[in-house]
Amino acid sequence: MNIVTNELTFYYGKKLAIDSLSLTLNSGFNVLLGPNGAGKSTLFAMLTGLYQAASGAIKINGYDLTLDRSNIMKSMGVVFQQSTLDVDLSVKQNLTYYAALHGISSTQALDNISDILAQLQLTTRLNDKVRSLNGGHRRRVEIARALIHQPKVLLLDEATVGLDIDSRKMITEYVGSLCQQRGICVLWATHLIDEIADDDQLIIIDEGKIKAQGLSADLCKKHKVVDVYQLYRTLTSSTEISR
Amino acid sequence: MNNRYLSCFNGIVKRELLRFFQQRSRLLSALIRPLLWLIVFAAGFRAALGVSIMEPYGTYITYQQYITPGLCCMIILFNGMQSSLSMVYDREMGSMKVLLMSPLPRPFLLCCKLVASALLSLLQVVIFLLFAQLVDVDIPLMGYVSAIPAIFLIAFFLGALGLMLSNLIKQLENFAGVMNFVIFPMFFLSSALYPLWKMQEASLWLYWLCQFNPFTACVELLRFALYTQVNIMALTTVLIATGIASFFALMSFKPLHGGK
Repeated sequence: MNIVTNELTFYYGKKLAIDSLSLTLNSGFNVLLGPNGAGKSTLFAMLTGLYQAASGAIKINGYDLTLDRSNIMKSMGVVFQQSTLDVDLSVKQNLTYYAALHGISSTQALDNISDILAQLQLTTRLNDKVRSLNGGHRRRVEIARALIHQPKVLLLDEATVGLDIDSRKMITEYVGSLCQQRGICVLWATHLIDEIADDDQLIIIDEGKIKAQGLSADLCKKHKVVDVYQLYRTLTSSTEISR
Repeated sequence: MNNRYLSCFNGIVKRELLRFFQQRSRLLSALIRPLLWLIVFAAGFRAALGVSIMEPYGTYITYQQYITPGLCCMIILFNGMQSSLSMVYDREMGSMKVLLMSPLPRPFLLCCKLVASALLSLLQVVIFLLFAQLVDVDIPLMGYVSAIPAIFLIAFFLGALGLMLSNLIKQLENFAGVMNFVIFPMFFLSSALYPLWKMQEASLWLYWLCQFNPFTACVELLRFALYTQVNIMALTTVLIATGIASFFALMSFKPLHGGK
């Protein structure tokens, strides 16, 4: 399970947002760290086929995104930065709608994620309207939804922003456990430093470029800094980061 | 259609129906608007606007009878534009991303949306026609059956037009522009409220605008279908217009290109 990007470039009008970005991600927990406007969401939009790069290529699990979009989407789950749930529908209706878009029947869909729903403590909330859920529960629903088609690659774009400490902890631990249990490739975009562990693969991005990539602890050692915060300050000019 | 496609189709249609029935005010306003035209407007204007014998009617008809197909098309037009509004809303709320992340082909997904929207139109028109019976709008029983494919085709066309527009509308706030620049001109520059020969007497250039308005073809297609007849010219026009609108609607859902 891997994601490979080769010399990706993307412009918004004349503004360069992603600058010849080459990246290889393997199974496990990969953290994409960068300030607002660094290009994280643009990279996500390109990986999900919502945006088309001006140049460069994306391969996911060996499939080329421009040639094999369907095979890639079958094996990819995404949690976007902005909630994409339909607040007027119930949790169950949201889940079965998403499953239907992947050609999965309602029964099969709920079968696929019955364990996940239990682990995320959503089983009793299935018939509740999404509108009645708090931010933490909505995020959990989005994670459960992203796993409905049993993806091999999971992309999460700032999935814990705006959540309280307990919800953040639960979600980060749960996604971390998915990597170990299922061997999937997770790309976790964040600007929250406390979500990064020493043994996580870390990619620091700024102004559309990769500033560093490697094991978090190794990168700190290499750049002779005590923690990821210092590493981030050393490699980027931005001060927009939360510890 | 294999199971994956069928599940997807069912899912999209079910979602659109669920959303529609949750918005009861939408159903109510979809019916109140044409009923006001049929009961109030038509009552006031029936004396002023005499309609002579014309196809497909075999005899003199009341003004209510004349404007019924136009009002049915009005319902479909509003529903098509409402669907475009819902697409803009989905785009702003992010639900559109979920749709576009499906592994199934995007043209198929958009067709499912259009079919779902067409089914909603069909439902609203049938309810309206049942109410129209109460004000003595006389439609032959077989007319209801023969009107179904016509309503569906018109709804598909106007839905595709709405889908195309939804990509041009960048914000929900701009939707008022659609009312002023699309819905009203399409409706008033058609044979929905007056026969075109009356328009020809009033203004020749307005008459030609009405002739070239595909909404006129929609109204005439339905008018004939309600009397179990086929207006070949109108059918051809609507089919061509549907093809063009569907093509541009599908083209407008390509990924954003990041070139300079």
